[in-house]
Amino acid sequence: MITLYYFAGLRDKAGVDVEQVQLTGLKVRELLEYVSNKYEGFKGSLIHIAVNEEYALLDDIVKDGDVVAFIPPVSGG
Amino acid sequence: MKLFEIVTDEIQPEKYREAVVHPGAGAVTVFTGHVREWTKGVRTLYLEYDAYVSMAEKKMAEISEEVQHKWPETKIAIAHRIGKLKISDIAVVIAVSSPHRKHAYEANEYAIERIKEIVPIWKKEIWENGQEWKGDQRKKPLLEVE
Repeated sequence: MITLYYFAGLRDKAGVDVEQVQLTGLKVRELLEYVSNKYEGFKGSLIHIAVNEEYALLDDIVKDGDVVAFIPPVSGG
Repeated sequence: MKLFEIVTDEIQPEKYREAVVHPGAGAVTVFTGHVREWTKGVRTLYLEYDAYVSMAEKKMAEISEEVQHKWPETKIAIAHRIGKLKISDIAVVIAVSSPHRKHAYEANEYAIERIKEIVPIWKKEIWENGQEWKGDQRKKPLLEVE
């Protein structure tokens, strides 16, 4: 089980802010494909992914219990 | 208060100045970023900020480590407000102390640039006829979903 968080515009597109899914052992790249197929509007979006609050690379593996966040371009300040 | 924090209430800049003052500090720079009414001819009514709070506070602490690596004798405190902010409200405060003023200025500017790059905070502009989540348009992010 992994936890997925969506923020800002991606949360609007997903219609949820957090969910749990039974996916483990996937690469970040595959998880991104999974959510892009699940939700309208993710394709063509610029997205960073954080795993356990650290920016992740596309080839990183997501393990059971991980917390994954889909992060659109930030605009703080 | 924490030295690196996301807050929902009005920011009191003086708290952060006081948090970085110490006997070796000969200079403190305090930067406050405010909600601007007009951006490229479009009038903003108010802003809504959202954050991935736990990660944002962690990233702000990382920026502090970067700053102390580049300017070893500085001390820094950062707060960013989220929720609904009206025109002229303070969205962000950065206080940096150092023995001499030059490093306090340089480190403070470095910190706001890094906040805009790596800290997971988002701004939604609300206009008279619509609204939009804004993204950093200064550089291309890590990846684009095809």
